[in-house]
Amino acid sequence: MLTAENLAKSYDGKTVIQDVSFSLGQGETLAVVGPSGCGKTTLLYLLSGLAAPDAGRALLGGEPITGPASDISIILQDYGLLPWRTVIDNVALGLKIQGVGRRERLERARAQLAEVGITGRDDDYPANLSGGEQQRVAIARAFVSRPRLTLLDEPFSSLDALTRERLQLALLEAWQARRVPYVLVTHSLEEAVMLGQRIMVMSARPARPVAVFDNPGFGDARIRDTEACFALLKELRHTVEAQW
Amino acid sequence: MRPASAVLRYGLVILVVGVLWKLTAVALGGVILPDPEDALAALGRAMLTQIFWEHFGVSLYRSVTAMGLAWITAFPLGLIMGSVKRVDDILAPFVFLTYPVPKIVLLPVFLLLLGLGDTSKIAMIALILGYQILVTTRDGVRSIHPKYFDSVRSLGGSNMDVLREVLLPAALPHGFTALRLGTGVSVAVLFFVESFATTRGLGYMIMDAWGAMDYLTMFSGILGMSIMGAALYEVANVLERKACRWMFLRAKD
Repeated sequence: MLTAENLAKSYDGKTVIQDVSFSLGQGETLAVVGPSGCGKTTLLYLLSGLAAPDAGRALLGGEPITGPASDISIILQDYGLLPWRTVIDNVALGLKIQGVGRRERLERARAQLAEVGITGRDDDYPANLSGGEQQRVAIARAFVSRPRLTLLDEPFSSLDALTRERLQLALLEAWQARRVPYVLVTHSLEEAVMLGQRIMVMSARPARPVAVFDNPGFGDARIRDTEACFALLKELRHTVEAQW
Repeated sequence: MRPASAVLRYGLVILVVGVLWKLTAVALGGVILPDPEDALAALGRAMLTQIFWEHFGVSLYRSVTAMGLAWITAFPLGLIMGSVKRVDDILAPFVFLTYPVPKIVLLPVFLLLLGLGDTSKIAMIALILGYQILVTTRDGVRSIHPKYFDSVRSLGGSNMDVLREVLLPAALPHGFTALRLGTGVSVAVLFFVESFATTRGLGYMIMDAWGAMDYLTMFSGILGMSIMGAALYEVANVLERKACRWMFLRAKD
């Protein structure tokens, strides 16, 4: 499904990520954790096609990713909603770019918003919404065009603990409903355990994978309360701390 | 600001200015500076005459045409300069070298090149206001957060989509702010360009009455120009609020 082969990227002569390889099967999820500023966001930019690798390549369904495409959606840090567009127009934006007619795109956007629990807010602007609501809108925007792959860049980092947990659950439910594979970048180990079928730990910059953990308890909404979760968190913490 | 609130604030300001005016008029003996009630009565009488509205109409035409001309020229140029580095590299030195030059000194050149009619006056106002719109829009576009470009591009957006979904809506508030703040400059320049080589416009009316020591008529012109300036400001304000509704929202969290 998604394959990264020896990806490398430098900015201003400084290597940000180096030799990153992994694969993600149909319907699978991967959480990426690592030291702050190690290059996790850069990895997502390469996978989304927003940036081109200096070496290596990323493939989706065997086809090289050469630029942004409608079958890959990304939820950026701080949501990336356009403040000058209404909620419904933000969600429908991808469909508009794809050339979907106004009536159909608004219907689909409305249905997707309802799926993430936002109703009656079509004509509001992002500034009218709380952080949690904005994040739900961003999730709706990412899913409305039925992507083959979703990339999430620390999507819940600026939310309070309760809202974060609710939205993690909402994301998990959305994945369970459609099994659209996703790659989630997060600095929260707990979030990685909640949302990652596999968890890839990156080294400090230049980032490269140092370990990949299987998460057998993935999919259980109450995974946080299990012994397996505590054990995995402990292992993850040791591995990440060793990278500082 | 809601319309009722705006009227209330305007009323309050007029009251304060009126009181200060009255006190100053009393202190000066009421010759050079007439009492505000006399000036208002003179304005009322002037507003019943055709000639006042002819002057007002000519001034309004010159201002609005110049503002429109400045907007349709400077806003797109600012948008392009702010978003296309190669164009900015070429044009920015010209703009920033000439920006501090007081353009009003070019009025005689404009009169020579464009004649004594409306064209030279409109061009002068448009040039001065256009610079403000250009620089503000260009700087505004350059300050757009990259995440909005990434947001549209990540959805497969083309350059045209980025222009329509990011550049234009993000630049509009900057262009409108420059236009709104530029109304004062426009009216000031209008007064200057109408103060000679013309026999029409509120600027001419003011200067003509001043020469004839007809201070009440002079103040009718001054008040007329003030009303016009305030009206233009409010129109720009309303346009900005309509076009950039999202700018005037309060965050909720």
